Amino acid sequence: MATGIKDKVAILGMGCSRFGERWMDNAEDLIVEAYSEALEDAGIETSEIGAAWLGTGIDDQHVGKGAIPLATTLRLPYIPVSRVENFCASGTEALRGATYAVASGACDIALAVGVEKLKDTGYGGLPQRGRGTVNDLFWPSLSGPGAFAQLASAYCAKHGVDAGDLKQAMAHISVKSHANGARNPKAHLRKPIDVETVLSAPMVADPLGLYDCCGVSDGAACAIVTTPEIARALGKKDLVTVKALQLAVSSGAEAQHNSWDGSHLVTTRKAAARAYAEAGISKPRDQISLFEVHDCFSITELVTMEDLFISGEGQAVTDVMDGFFDADGSVPCQIDGGLKCFGHPIGASGIRMVYEMYLQILGRAGQRQRSREPVFGMTHNLGGFPHQNVASITIVGREGA
Amino acid sequence: MQTGILAFGGYVPRARLQRQVIAAAHSWFTPALKGLGRGERAMANWNEDSITMAVEAGRDCLGGQGSSGLDAVIMGSTSYPFKDRQNAGVVADALTLGSDLMTLDIGGSQRAGTSALMAALQLGGSALVVSAEKRRTKPGNPLELTTGDAAAAFHVGQGDVVACYLGGASRAVDLVDHFRGENGEFDYTWEERWVRDEGYLKIVPDTVAKALQNAGVTIDQVSTFCFPVPSARIASAVARKVGLAPEALADNLQGSCGEAGASHPLVMLAHTLDNADPGDIILVVGFGQGSDALLFQVTDAIRGQQGKGGITGCLKQGYREENYHKFLAFNQLIEMEQGIRSEVDKNTGLTTLYRNKDMVQGLIGGRCTSCNTKQFPKSNICANPECGRFDSQVPEPFADKSAALNSFTGDGLTFSPNPPHYYGMVQFEGGGRLMSDITDVTPDAELKIGMSMRMVFRVKDYDHQRGFRRYFWIATPA
Repeated sequence: MATGIKDKVAILGMGCSRFGERWMDNAEDLIVEAYSEALEDAGIETSEIGAAWLGTGIDDQHVGKGAIPLATTLRLPYIPVSRVENFCASGTEALRGATYAVASGACDIALAVGVEKLKDTGYGGLPQRGRGTVNDLFWPSLSGPGAFAQLASAYCAKHGVDAGDLKQAMAHISVKSHANGARNPKAHLRKPIDVETVLSAPMVADPLGLYDCCGVSDGAACAIVTTPEIARALGKKDLVTVKALQLAVSSGAEAQHNSWDGSHLVTTRKAAARAYAEAGISKPRDQISLFEVHDCFSITELVTMEDLFISGEGQAVTDVMDGFFDADGSVPCQIDGGLKCFGHPIGASGIRMVYEMYLQILGRAGQRQRSREPVFGMTHNLGGFPHQNVASITIVGREGA
Repeated sequence: MQTGILAFGGYVPRARLQRQVIAAAHSWFTPALKGLGRGERAMANWNEDSITMAVEAGRDCLGGQGSSGLDAVIMGSTSYPFKDRQNAGVVADALTLGSDLMTLDIGGSQRAGTSALMAALQLGGSALVVSAEKRRTKPGNPLELTTGDAAAAFHVGQGDVVACYLGGASRAVDLVDHFRGENGEFDYTWEERWVRDEGYLKIVPDTVAKALQNAGVTIDQVSTFCFPVPSARIASAVARKVGLAPEALADNLQGSCGEAGASHPLVMLAHTLDNADPGDIILVVGFGQGSDALLFQVTDAIRGQQGKGGITGCLKQGYREENYHKFLAFNQLIEMEQGIRSEVDKNTGLTTLYRNKDMVQGLIGGRCTSCNTKQFPKSNICANPECGRFDSQVPEPFADKSAALNSFTGDGLTFSPNPPHYYGMVQFEGGGRLMSDITDVTPDAELKIGMSMRMVFRVKDYDHQRGFRRYFWIATPA
């Protein structure tokens, strides 16, 4: 009988590069920037790492295939290194690999690195690319914003929400994330904005305007994990441990079977239910201290509030407008600016989110530190499109909580 | 058993480019075009070509995909997307007519449409004749204003015909009124007055006389004359010369569609049949390096096939397009800045296409023989989470199913030759769904959740690098 990952693995150190348009940096430079911080935080040497995972989404835009780019960049001494890719959950997948390796006893200390260098395409937005030889024959010519934008039309139809009211709530989400990002020195976008700016922005994919979409950024993030015992032996006192690590991947039912209405993410709900069970959390709205979700678009963040069972079904608009998720609200969401403003270097994002939860729990988040002492921090990634995707959830928290 | 037309259909794209905007754009250079700047011409969407229009006309004619018992599919056009890949074969495949038939492309002349029809009638079996034209015209050439994009289709054979074939005649005269050479992009045309005097007025009457003789019909018995020239004056002169009053001339659709090249005699015939009465005798003429003339007599069975769409239905569904620039862009007559996003390689694996041909060209999905769930695409394991049976699926056609729109967007980011690019989840009646491109979202058609959709066969992607194009079925508001 599986017992789950709860409290079996502790975070020894973390690092995160500054996110943004890093015109003069290669992916390798970003990796080293994040790794140096994590190594210093962990207080170990590279030679103490037993295995490593590299998470990237669009490797052909930067490092290329395989794990060799990570091993050579960090001069990892002939240890097992793997590269994982699972769309926007790639970073969380790297962390999952490292965490499971430690939990299994296969190694004492493991490294997870996520990186993406996206600003080498010559245009804004994510790289346009083929989807596979068979898919290209019948998939629509879709983009990320266009795929996620459809959540809005289906959500309004299902819950009888006025499209204008939904757009207002989406604008509130973006304004909140910009306010949070302004307090984060590593964030890509650091300018506060107002609701009027969001509502009057050029349309990208109806009803998503420019400010409903997250930043496309270069960046890297890194985690070094070990067992709680080793962490303590290395002198760590306040441990942040992994409480849950869950992944749910579409079975194809949403894309092919008429049982899905298009207004929510089936995968997020499945992964969330399993993650709460693994972490021993029964009332997430009361127990989760703060969280980072995959706000690739404002509408994604809105429906995710319900898919993570923080808001009741059809209640997210009300919670958002009430400021429930604001930095000074009941359960802050995207206190670091989120994908929206911290930025979204695909492979790095999952680890960046855990980095923020780690800093918040240890009280090291500086100007944006949550005043109420955080106990459980949750992160969430969505890769792909609402009708076929990967959802990942990580819950970290104080050891013993 | 009579030989003739068993069924007929037609298709005209929905956009109608206003001729006055074409004339106005060229007024600084060719002010004489002002005289042609009246009415509108049918304008194919960026994802339409003569194959896709022929498929639509074929569906209209046959009542959908999958008719059985056809011996041949014969296509007539001078604007084939492929020089060497049988265009009629793609049409037959999209109509899921199977492989047990002859397919044939007829081209090389503005007579291609009438010649295809004549060949099919002479073949003796059951044949589908399709004809579609999307002629590229040089900006500022009068043809740019007088032509239009359209298609027609006829199921011919023996049986309960709606129009009996009485007979016809052909004459071959190498009078080069215009030509398009091997690598020529556009037609090169000679003086119209000469074509009128030495061409239409001499070659057509001789051909008609021979056809009347072959059919055993006298000219005074002819009720309608389908003669596909844009000029009413020339048509009247030809009518008089063959012995008909100008009132016998069928509407040449110059005001609402434009002349659809080699397809136009057939488009006019399909349109005439939409409104014909039993007993009517229809004379159809094609002209180009000679002439074809065919005579049909409408039967009582015509009543069962009128008012179901066709050319008449399509003509009612047009919308005004006033952007001449869009017409130039759709026809690659100007080089647009399409952005780096458009540079994604659209190479099609021909092995991949062949292996998935039924899915891609026929929109054939699957039906589970265990739980009856219908799904697209077909797969090894049933998509129903409650079933999940292995190898339980049989082919299920989706192209003719009606569908409802579940979610949608208009995307300004992804590359599209006609932004914003619309797509959304369409859910088929009886089960199955597809995240589908959406086309022909006309200015008056606002997309709404739950609205009714239908599937149409269109170009999915152009591979300009290799000259290939791939087709797929795309949703459009019904």
